[in-house]
Amino acid sequence: MRTAFVEQLCALAEADERIWLLTGDLGFSVLERFADAFPQRFVNAGVAEQNMIGVAAGLALSGKVPFVYSIANFPVMRCLEQIRNDVCYHGLDVKVVSVGGGMVYGSQGYTHHGVEDIAVMSALPGMSVLAPADPVEAAWAATAAVDRSGPVYVRLGKAGDPVLHSSPPQLEFGRAVTVREGADATLVSTGAALRIALEAASELESRGVHARVLSMPTVKPVDVEALTRAATDTPLVVTIEEHGPVGGLYSAVLEVIAPLRAAVCVRVALADEPAPMAGSCAYLSERSGLDPHSVAKTVLSLVGGKA
Amino acid sequence: MSPTQFEAATLARDIRADALRMVAAANASHIGTCLSMGDILAVLYADILRYDVGDPSWSDRDRFILSKGHGAAILYAVLAEVGFFETELLAQYCCDGSMLMGHASHKVPGVEVSTGSLGHGLPIGTGMALAAKRGGVDYRTFVLVGDGELDEGSNWEAMLFATTHELDGLVMIVDRNGLQGFGESEDVMRLEPLAAKLEAFGWDVMTVDGHDCNQLRTALARDATVAGKPRAIIADTIKGKGVSYMEGKIEWHYRSPNAEQLAQALAELGVDS
Ligand SMILES: Cc1ncc(C[n+]2csc(CCOP(=O)(O)OP(=O)(O)O)c2C)c(N)n1
Repeated sequence: MRTAFVEQLCALAEADERIWLLTGDLGFSVLERFADAFPQRFVNAGVAEQNMIGVAAGLALSGKVPFVYSIANFPVMRCLEQIRNDVCYHGLDVKVVSVGGGMVYGSQGYTHHGVEDIAVMSALPGMSVLAPADPVEAAWAATAAVDRSGPVYVRLGKAGDPVLHSSPPQLEFGRAVTVREGADATLVSTGAALRIALEAASELESRGVHARVLSMPTVKPVDVEALTRAATDTPLVVTIEEHGPVGGLYSAVLEVIAPLRAAVCVRVALADEPAPMAGSCAYLSERSGLDPHSVAKTVLSLVGGKA
Repeated sequence: MSPTQFEAATLARDIRADALRMVAAANASHIGTCLSMGDILAVLYADILRYDVGDPSWSDRDRFILSKGHGAAILYAVLAEVGFFETELLAQYCCDGSMLMGHASHKVPGVEVSTGSLGHGLPIGTGMALAAKRGGVDYRTFVLVGDGELDEGSNWEAMLFATTHELDGLVMIVDRNGLQGFGESEDVMRLEPLAAKLEAFGWDVMTVDGHDCNQLRTALARDATVAGKPRAIIADTIKGKGVSYMEGKIEWHYRSPNAEQLAQALAELGVDS
């Protein structure tokens, strides 16, 4: 995802002189392309994220479209008030990009787990929240972030994420992508959790349960239409996200579905605790029941009878 | 209890070797970071810090905070070598289910606080030093920061605070290797004249060769304290110190040695593979 995003950003910057890139002392072997092509629009702002967001706000107030790049929580939590007051309050065109959202840095420990970012960024008025699932969605996210005026948060996975879309998806800001059709249940995922949704859907298929899969690269504003359809067409909606249980995709989906009093809506997410040990993304996710088999089991227990 | 059975130079060599093996096995980053601070950790744990490996939370212990938490591998190595836990456990670094997370974790015996997000250690250490001062107890608090890490404003807030409260039990060690995540420290954010800056902030400042155990020992000693002033030690270091092909190379902030490179590195340190 990281590579696809940066490549697309370089292509956009070629055509749009307003685009700048600021990094918080990260991006070795990744950002050189941008730095070499546009040295006047590139800044390593050092390990100083609060200042970096302030500088980005100043650039945006001077007609630029700055992208701010760092990893995990550093461009989100460390400089939260700068994002809230300087960027969102003033409605500025600052695009905050975090690489390694979710449990990507699994074995690195809780300081490096970006597992409350969607909740925190979604809480900010005027902030759009994008969480692409694969390199295809990531490249789209770069374009969408530029096209959408105002603050945008982009949560990326890592380098070397697999392409999950077997055919080019119809990507549109604020719209879910139907990756698979089905009428027995809907699996809604955001970010790299699409892989889990797709594998769970295959497992369910083999048990005679046809699950629809929606990928939600835009978490805010959420696709009300697609969710309303899901809740009307299928009796069960399961959200799947590499995020803590509070304030993420589940909350966004439930805010749409709950008042409809149509489908049952349950969540599969990470546990509400800092990971207590080292472990890969897969290992730590599985501990929380965030894996294809657990999702399939949850669905089977709720749709009943069929299997 | 002061551990006198360790010889700093030997300990430094051993923990460098441990860290190399750990990082290579886990295919992890930050080996350059670890090697940079090997001598500082060795002198602290061999000659300076007051601690009891049987009672990591002993109230009179000196506090050590590794604020540049990405150097966790060599911190775990020194803690294991002096006896906080079995050295065999080091092989679990970054493995599924292990307590040895990639960044310093307080789940590990002897680690005071979890770090990994830069710029948190000095404020916390300042709080510990304030507690000692107000409580009339004499433990000392040591915080090891990176020079790139000094970009973070939180450090400078803590420095102002420490001076105001005359925290002479607080020691900040700057691992001044001149490199950071994506460039040379002086190019990214100019720190020089660093010693003069720290002095202007009211600290008692000393610059030493960060690979010279005698100089480090002198600078870190309790009797070097100036009453009423926190102490800053600028330790001039080389990132990747001890392994020729890593020294001064930013790529070793990220890369992990392969089997052949590991063997060469261990040979250069003078230890068996
Ligand atoms: C708040 C924060 N921002 C960014 C990072 C990512 N990061 C990890 S190490 C590093 C460079 C640190 O350089 P320095 O402090 O000089 O330590 P060295 O490894 O050179 O000893 C960066 C930017 C981080 N860990 N925390």
